[in-house]
Amino acid sequence: MGAELLQISDLYIFILAAFLGYQLISRVPPLLHTPLMSATNAISGISLVGSLILAGSNQNTVSTVLGFIAVTASTVNVVGGFIITDRILKMFKKEPK
Amino acid sequence: MSPQILQFLYLFSAIFFIWGLKSLGSPKTARRGMHMAEIGMLLAIVGTLFHHEIVTYKWIICALVLGSAIGASISIWIPMTAVPQRTAISHAGGALAACLVGVSEYYTHGEHLGMVTMAIIGVEVMLGSLTFTGSIMAATKLQGLIRGVPITYRGQNVFNIGLLGVMISIVVILVFSPGLTSLFYLLAALSLLFGFLLVLPIGAADMPVVIAMLNAYAGLTDAAMGFMILNRIQIITGSLDGSSGLILSVLMCKAMNRPLRNVIFGAFGKISQDASSETDSRKKPIREAAVDDVSIILENARSVVFVPGYGMAVSQAQHRVRELADTLKALNVTVRYAIHPVAGRMPGHMNVLLAEANVPYDELYDMDQINPYFPETDAVIIVGANDVVNPAAKRNPGSPIYGMPIIDAEKAKCVIVCKRSLAPGFAGIDNELYYNENTLMFFGDAKESMQKLTTEMKKLQGAHA
Repeated sequence: MGAELLQISDLYIFILAAFLGYQLISRVPPLLHTPLMSATNAISGISLVGSLILAGSNQNTVSTVLGFIAVTASTVNVVGGFIITDRILKMFKKEPK
Repeated sequence: MSPQILQFLYLFSAIFFIWGLKSLGSPKTARRGMHMAEIGMLLAIVGTLFHHEIVTYKWIICALVLGSAIGASISIWIPMTAVPQRTAISHAGGALAACLVGVSEYYTHGEHLGMVTMAIIGVEVMLGSLTFTGSIMAATKLQGLIRGVPITYRGQNVFNIGLLGVMISIVVILVFSPGLTSLFYLLAALSLLFGFLLVLPIGAADMPVVIAMLNAYAGLTDAAMGFMILNRIQIITGSLDGSSGLILSVLMCKAMNRPLRNVIFGAFGKISQDASSETDSRKKPIREAAVDDVSIILENARSVVFVPGYGMAVSQAQHRVRELADTLKALNVTVRYAIHPVAGRMPGHMNVLLAEANVPYDELYDMDQINPYFPETDAVIIVGANDVVNPAAKRNPGSPIYGMPIIDAEKAKCVIVCKRSLAPGFAGIDNELYYNENTLMFFGDAKESMQKLTTEMKKLQGAHA
């Protein structure tokens, strides 16, 4: 039951992060909405952390296979997301004066 | 590595992520901020590799190498016009990862799961599966592999809502009896089906909302996984991602003046036939202009506003638009760009394309910023935009787009519409703007038309020099 109590208390973190997200995202100008999406994509690739433990903990074959796919998919998001975000942001320039 | 140190690393990662998102508030700080976020990610990954539960590295290394290769090659090579598809695919990937981790947890612990954990896994697998297939569908529509028109059938909404009801009921049953293995896999299968059916009736032009919505779902799936494995950084990022998607969906819906429900269940683009006023406007004449007519107007203009739309993306005209703008600027004309929030196929799509063509971002104006300028604007050039400049949205209560905020192009002294033909936009409604007295129709492919205008303007410039 201890773990379940922890999950409920983690709701605090979830809710507070949602409020923080609202504040942060509302201040992103429409100009940067596309890079915002690719950036949040990249960041949400943090699911890699859980996938890594699954793929490496040798529980059973099914878990290892699913973990392998999960690590691959999350890595695609992390690496791809950060690269494309940087590619987009690099293009936003002011007029050379 | 001790769990305490790892948690500490995660805390730093979270701070770097938040810092990164905050830096997206301005194009000046954005790039540096994202580099901070990259460092945060690296810290979290490297720290996790030393986690005590990890006993074998063979598969991890393979997957990391494979994933990096795929991710990097896609992101380095794809053209900017394909960014919406890439975004949809990455939502699919993120949702898939979280969903599979949930399935694995169920497979390993099954009937021994506590009620709260089971509920979390149920939500995680349900959201993950539907986001996965929904995003794949969205990407196929955006890539043009399936036609972008809404696909509808009778009883569609009743069926979809019924299906969702069944899925939620299964989650509830599983919470009380987690041992019903076959029911769990049925839930995954039904959710996969639901995601597919959810996006099926949505037209390509509504994609900005759908992509934002799927972004929110992917974030929630991630957060659910964070709850499952009790990983706080994942709860935080999932929550940030989810709220970002939600805010963007709401903004996009506001920009179309349609409630979210209407986008999901409305199958826009079907309503076209009964739009009233189209018969009376059909009879009105249009004024067609040739290259030299348009270039004379532009030569005498002091301020010009470009209104880009999806048509510009389709014909890849953004570079030609910028060349024309450069020529105009050389003639001391003030050039601005008016960007409607739902122009294109994802939030901010037009800004990215114009930035790609080296348009300085301080010339890009949001709808609300630019609208007051139109009465003093000499010429507006509409490149591939249609519904976002249709005055019917303000005047014709019978129009399907009535109430949608639009770019007030009609208030300018002269409006030049660059378009292939008189064919209507995605809403299938006639555009009153085309029949206005101050509107000139400049027919042709956007790219070629811009090219012709630039050549003509350069000639004029030469004559003056």
